[in-house]
Amino acid sequence: MRLREAMVTEECFDARRLDDLLLPVLERHAREPGQLVQILREAQERIGYLPAPLLTAIARALKLPRAQVEGVAGFYSFFHLTPPGRYRVLFSDNITDRMLGSAEMLDRLCNRLWIERGKVSEDGLVSVDTTSCTGLCDQGPALLVNGRALTRMSAERIDRIAELIRAQLPLADWPPEYFRVDDNIRRRDSLLSVDWPAGEALQAAIARGAEAMLAEMKRSNLRGRGGAGFTTAIKWESARRAPCHGESGVRYVVCNADEGEPGTFKDRVLLSSYADLLFDGMTIAGFTIGAARGLLYLRGEYAWLLPALREKLERRRRDGLLGTALCGQPGLDFEIDIHLGAGAYVCGEETALLESLEGRRGIPRIRPPFPVSAGYRGQPTVVNNVETLCKAALIACRGGAWFAGLGTKQSTGSKLLSISGDVETPGIYEYPFGVSVEQVLRDCGAGNAQAVQVGGPSGICLAMHEFSRSIAFEDVPTAGAFMVFGAHRDMFEVARNFAHFFRHESCGFCTPCRVGTSLVADCMDKIARGLGTQYEINQVFKIHRLLHAASHCGLGQAACNPLFDTLQKFRPAYERRLCSLDFEPAFDLDQALAAARQMTGRDDPAAHFGLAARLPGVAS
Amino acid sequence: MTQASILLDGLPIPFVAGQTIMDAATAAGIFIPHLCHHPDFKPQGSCKLCTVKANGRHVSACFTPARDGMEVENNTPDLNDKRRTLLQMLFVEGNHFCPSCEKSGNCMLQALAYELEMLSPHFDQFYPDRPVDASHPEVLLDFNRCILCELCVRASRDVDGKSVFALSGRGIGKHLIVNAESGRLADTNFSWADKAAQVCPVGVILRKRVGFAVPIGKRRYDVEPIGMQVERMAARSAGEEGMDGD
Amino acid sequence: MATEMRVESAAVAGNRKLRLATASLAGCFGCHMSFLDIDERLFALVERVDFDRSPLTDIKHCGPCDIGLIEGGICNAENVHVLREFRSHCKVLIAIGACAINGGLPAQRNHLDLGQCLQEVYLTAPDVVSGQIPNDPELPLPLDKVHPIHEIVRVDYVIPGCPPSGDAIWKFLTDLLDGRTPRLGHPMLHFD
Repeated sequence: MRLREAMVTEECFDARRLDDLLLPVLERHAREPGQLVQILREAQERIGYLPAPLLTAIARALKLPRAQVEGVAGFYSFFHLTPPGRYRVLFSDNITDRMLGSAEMLDRLCNRLWIERGKVSEDGLVSVDTTSCTGLCDQGPALLVNGRALTRMSAERIDRIAELIRAQLPLADWPPEYFRVDDNIRRRDSLLSVDWPAGEALQAAIARGAEAMLAEMKRSNLRGRGGAGFTTAIKWESARRAPCHGESGVRYVVCNADEGEPGTFKDRVLLSSYADLLFDGMTIAGFTIGAARGLLYLRGEYAWLLPALREKLERRRRDGLLGTALCGQPGLDFEIDIHLGAGAYVCGEETALLESLEGRRGIPRIRPPFPVSAGYRGQPTVVNNVETLCKAALIACRGGAWFAGLGTKQSTGSKLLSISGDVETPGIYEYPFGVSVEQVLRDCGAGNAQAVQVGGPSGICLAMHEFSRSIAFEDVPTAGAFMVFGAHRDMFEVARNFAHFFRHESCGFCTPCRVGTSLVADCMDKIARGLGTQYEINQVFKIHRLLHAASHCGLGQAACNPLFDTLQKFRPAYERRLCSLDFEPAFDLDQALAAARQMTGRDDPAAHFGLAARLPGVAS
Repeated sequence: MTQASILLDGLPIPFVAGQTIMDAATAAGIFIPHLCHHPDFKPQGSCKLCTVKANGRHVSACFTPARDGMEVENNTPDLNDKRRTLLQMLFVEGNHFCPSCEKSGNCMLQALAYELEMLSPHFDQFYPDRPVDASHPEVLLDFNRCILCELCVRASRDVDGKSVFALSGRGIGKHLIVNAESGRLADTNFSWADKAAQVCPVGVILRKRVGFAVPIGKRRYDVEPIGMQVERMAARSAGEEGMDGD
Repeated sequence: MATEMRVESAAVAGNRKLRLATASLAGCFGCHMSFLDIDERLFALVERVDFDRSPLTDIKHCGPCDIGLIEGGICNAENVHVLREFRSHCKVLIAIGACAINGGLPAQRNHLDLGQCLQEVYLTAPDVVSGQIPNDPELPLPLDKVHPIHEIVRVDYVIPGCPPSGDAIWKFLTDLLDGRTPRLGHPMLHFD
């Protein structure tokens, strides 16, 4: 991503200037309304933010209602309706980053730059804030500066970054080691242990033929690696059989690379070092279901991976692995487009992802219909996780029976775990399914773990007595996150971090999730301030039950899971914060008088709430 | 051939193919609480007031197709308790000060609160700051009362063909916007004659200079609880059908 | 707590008269006026309850009570003290009326900045001559925001309405005194 040093200033927003800036973006996307998210992203990259006249111009060009364009722009965290700093610093706010000191480093950077968190410096130079997990938990604390990922922050690096920003040095001239992202592959199994040449899997699939490839998929019993564990062959077969809609209807393959579940980063590694295997997998899926188009939905936080991925696609095109007549087979065509997200965890939900791909707010759809019959643009669509598609490529090479021989009967093959937190060697660990949590903890050097959050905040929190359980769909399912908490960690703060994550990421569509995630985050803050009572604990349980039952999608249904789990398993972490009284206000009463004290200049005892003032009736 | 039916709180309710649980219940005069649902529009399923239990699973009655033999729980203490909590969430999320609202007595949010005996908002008030838009000559927009049901959005887009309204923001920051760069209703092509002007279930879209023509206490839901009105309307339309048959 | 113990032991004494206290905080006394609208039923009520602190008795501080009725929200420090006194002395605390329940009319100031309000009213308004923001220690300081009472203390029951009708109040109190969980159905349950 380019640095917006030559950012356009307000006075430049005359219509002609806007059109000049916008025109190439619009042309590139053929003024296609479905490309709205991409158009907004690219327009913002050129201009720095999305000023109101720009939204009007885009709406006019795409023949969309302006309010719809504004609604989409207002949905995604990475779109800015007001100017952010020319250096936009976002600290990853996952609990693992916190455990590595990210909060202190954020404060330090703000102090060095003389700015307040969340506000733009007066000269418009810089803004510093937090963002949801950036998928660099094994090399944190991490941050994004204008979309570029920086890892392993330390006090020294923070001080240096403050200087670089003050000196207005372009990102390209910052020390390259700041941008170093390692794969940290610590354990290799069936997938990671082999160097897969581009196209090998695709050729194997073509040699088998579509029908036989599907049969191999069935034999493999591969289940979706995004967490839900739906059988991939059933998806493929349904999409293959589903009729296309309309004269020009075609099928689609969508790769879900919106790896937003905090603590998960295995797709980032696959995208960095196994992209050809993934593209092979997408192409094989297309070949098998009869789709000629694939879409890779890459989360906005991974935008820095885009140049390398595009380059890979170009090379595939040159090598006859992308485009028309793949591997010399006439009629075998496949194109892959990369769409970038713009900071919305909910888009990891497959129907919200499709909405986003079609240029709308990322709101989960009503199901049925399911994507396999009516997905992208209403057409039969297979939506698969990055790791799932890589596994499909493996199956093309080695066959379904081989794959089914790995792992357990119900969970075949291997699983990539993203391990972070209190361990000696964080990184990627590939295990056959069925491995015990204990084993994993031993391998990664988690000496003194009291808990593991498996599958991220929406997954499950395992306490020590559950470490004998296994990673498998039939026991502890996971999309890959494996965050370890040592005995010295405060599990209440872990849960509170997750509560704030869900409040930030709720799409706001349905009442229970929109309001409920806010209410529980407030409850947790109240308890953190030492003002909580049993009343708040009861509230959390009540809201958990409601969200579980009534939320529109998995995000809301799971939003209170980490609170529920930790309340069950680490209740003293909550109880020691409760005050003994049966109810206390959520706000500081004495602070609520501060404005009036200041205006009246009073500081007498009656102008304060103290302990003595608390129960005058009893005291007198 | 016997007609397909669902079992709604133990009562057999017939339905025809394509009907949702909500459609079937409404036709039979059985009230399922709802706010974002309106029979003239495609179901949306965002308010979740119509959450019922169908064959043991929680689903939204407004968009879940009825299936023969489906057992549906609707009027149960547990579901009503959940609905009451949802109402309380909506009440604290916005600024719902009924005594000063021209829609009081005609408001679905309020009527449902009465129906489900919601006595207080229970949670801490959010007290959001949502300035009103009085720019339009005919109509006042009081965003304080918006429950984000999107009925005006759908009506303006699908019926009026104007798309005057849309939603922006995300999560708890989600809010209603209008189709103008200025953000003012006066700068849109909205008119009081629009369908969108008629569908607001609460007191957001209000006609100016017309107020309190019907006194408080004599209004729609003052006279008869919302749950009974469905029953009466179903009875009336059944009666009309009966007459057609004669 | 000690006070609750005292009330508890008195309550088990049997068919004694109950003690009832009422107060209006940031409200308009409309709920109290509505309370008086139970008219001649007041006589039946005083057969069963003794009034403690209330505008009707002029008792200044609430003693141990069975029932406390609070009208109005919390807009200043004194409101908080009174409310806490009620909570610590009343076995059952009832919020009555819109202001106690959701802040009501006084809470309409919540989207304004208190400092700016005081400044405008006492210093910069056009008709103010050498104004001063009142700072007598006798005066309770306003809170930055108005709150319903359930945000300050635990509340046991609520009687909605602006104000609730005399009939609603009577229905509620008789339910309570007779040992039934109070219920206000149509048309007594209303928010306006």
